[in-house]
Amino acid sequence: MMDVLYFAWLRERIGLPKERIETQAQTVAELVEELRAREERYALAFSDLAAVRVAVDQELTDFDAPLAGAREVAFFPPMTGG
Amino acid sequence: MRIVVQEAPFDFGAECDRFAAGRGDIGAVVTFAGQVRGDGDLEVMEIEHYPGMTERALETIAREAQTRWSLGDVLVIHRYGPLRPGERIMMVATAAPHRRDAFEAAEFLMDYLKSRAPFWKKERGADGESWVAAKDEDEAALGRW
Repeated sequence: MMDVLYFAWLRERIGLPKERIETQAQTVAELVEELRAREERYALAFSDLAAVRVAVDQELTDFDAPLAGAREVAFFPPMTGG
Repeated sequence: MRIVVQEAPFDFGAECDRFAAGRGDIGAVVTFAGQVRGDGDLEVMEIEHYPGMTERALETIAREAQTRWSLGDVLVIHRYGPLRPGERIMMVATAAPHRRDAFEAAEFLMDYLKSRAPFWKKERGADGESWVAAKDEDEAALGRW
């Protein structure tokens, strides 16, 4: 089981901030494929991965990152702090 | 080092006054505050963040600054939630024996927290609402460090 979090417009498009999911995905990219296949709103949210950033266990990483042992995966747009 | 992420306003004057006060090893203090600029019809800037990761990311950035420059102290305060034009969003302060370290570290902190700390801004005005897009120049700014 893994917590998947969404922020900013990804949260709005998918319609929820967080969900617990059961997945066999080995990498972030495989998880994204699983999510895309679920429903149209996920497919839309993940239609352009160049506009999506990912963190695994609160560390910024990339879509090739392995998910073994991961407890929390978060998807969000490029950050705009300051 | 002090990292604060909070919804409530902060007292910029009091923070500046307290920071590195009385420290005999410090010769330079640089402070920066960011505030909401009321562009166009902007009424409210809503700042979302990733609790937990935000603090970790800011600490990582501040620690990196401490390894690159000779710093006596670092302070970062960043707010989230709804903010109106003119309200302060965030501040950084750096203290160092010499001013160049304090200036450069403050700029480094600003450049990094803009695109490496998990904050997102949404603008609301009379014409509706929209997420602020990240700028290419913000990412490019990291290149100089």
